[in-house]
Amino acid sequence: MPGKMRVETTVNGEAVEFLCEPRQSLLECLRDILSLTGTKEGCNDGNCGACTVIMDGRIVTSCLVLGVEAEGSQITTIEGIAGAGRLHPIQQAFLEGAALQCGICTPGFIVAAKALLDENPNPSEHEIRLWLANNLCRCTGYDKIVRAVQSAAAI
Amino acid sequence: MRAFEYASPTTKEQAVALLNNQWGETEVLAGGMDLLSLMKDDVTRPGRVINIKEIKELHGLQYSPSTGLRIGALVTLQELLENETVRKEYPSLAQAAEGVTSPQIRDLGTVGGDLCQRPRCWYFRGGFGLLAQDSSGKSLVLEGENKYHAILGNSGPAYFVNPSSLAPALIALGAKIRLFGPKGARDVAAGQFFVTPKTNQEREYALKTNEIVTELLVPPTGGARNATYEVRQKEALDWPLAAAAVSLKMSGKNVTSARIVLGHVAPVPWPVPDAEKFLAGKTVSEQVAQDTGGAAVTGAKRLSQNGYKVQLARVAVKRAILRAAEGGA
Repeated sequence: MPGKMRVETTVNGEAVEFLCEPRQSLLECLRDILSLTGTKEGCNDGNCGACTVIMDGRIVTSCLVLGVEAEGSQITTIEGIAGAGRLHPIQQAFLEGAALQCGICTPGFIVAAKALLDENPNPSEHEIRLWLANNLCRCTGYDKIVRAVQSAAAI
Repeated sequence: MRAFEYASPTTKEQAVALLNNQWGETEVLAGGMDLLSLMKDDVTRPGRVINIKEIKELHGLQYSPSTGLRIGALVTLQELLENETVRKEYPSLAQAAEGVTSPQIRDLGTVGGDLCQRPRCWYFRGGFGLLAQDSSGKSLVLEGENKYHAILGNSGPAYFVNPSSLAPALIALGAKIRLFGPKGARDVAAGQFFVTPKTNQEREYALKTNEIVTELLVPPTGGARNATYEVRQKEALDWPLAAAAVSLKMSGKNVTSARIVLGHVAPVPWPVPDAEKFLAGKTVSEQVAQDTGGAAVTGAKRLSQNGYKVQLARVAVKRAILRAAEGGA
């Protein structure tokens, strides 16, 4: 069996290094090696978006990225979204708008929404829905999620 | 995922030296959107994975009015659709990339990967092989669940549809695919890149086992108006049910010559020369576009569940023509 490889990367602004097998996804490395369990595993196949993180300024499904591919990259997970002791406006809007029920999809939605609002601070409802097309929620029916993103955009 | 050996070469020479002469033993990793899910599903079990993303010359996109567009194989779908020149000169490519409605996939998925992704046929993905046959060699598709399968080029043994978003537009635009192997580079016309396999051991593209796609070369349009139109079940993340890309040389509203290529309807992207001839010399109108769509599907053969795709392909052609004539380059 191939041995472990050493990976140096930056997660939520902090330089980190870890050892992983080539077959371990970035999602597994974040959760199981770096103990950043905020990022969730849903389908583990790129369909549901629960594992969405920001990698070098772009949102990616971390289940479809190998840990070894993260070498030298900048990664932001849900743990890096909130400020010191204060929720990010998107998180606050999800909370106040009850834009979650079971919560498994929520970190992925919030990370994806942050990337959207960073690039496009005033998206239309249609743009929000299209952007979040690769994030699935089986509880809310999406309306409250879309409204939470709209209300965060309005702040 | 099963264990594998991982290599991340920095030159294309190193990369092809790591490939071998058997499909499936070694796989090339670009965006990983398809490969990693195939590996997780245990459909593909490589002993070695070669990450080509560290090869700098496979990145980047350049345009010159005299030679056209050069797209590195590792350009992402997002980079392609954000490029101003692509949007202006080659809207059919931007529209096709936009059809991949997941930002997560567009950010990692590459143009080379779009061409080399494996079919989405659920029998193939379920482990029944590329040709989806039972143990006696009988097709599972013909009497099975075939609502997303081929309506053209479906005399067997392959019934899957080519999944590439960009291929119809690339073929309509007369693009070439540059491949690199141990003997150096060779160019293949985009229309020749895709092949219909006769056995489960073959692949559905013209790459040799020790070659990689390095770039796409799209000639100048010469003013040809081009567009892609995809018909899909929903606007959000989904594969098209039928698509058409057209490239029209026009004089005013009159079409002097046309290239029309269907996607997602056959094991390979499907040029429709009869429809091209029908459209040439005509003035674009809704009726002419519709009749061209009809000419495009005259050879279609319905399977038990996919007859609806004939109408969708017809409509895709009609709308692609109207879209090209209205806007496009």
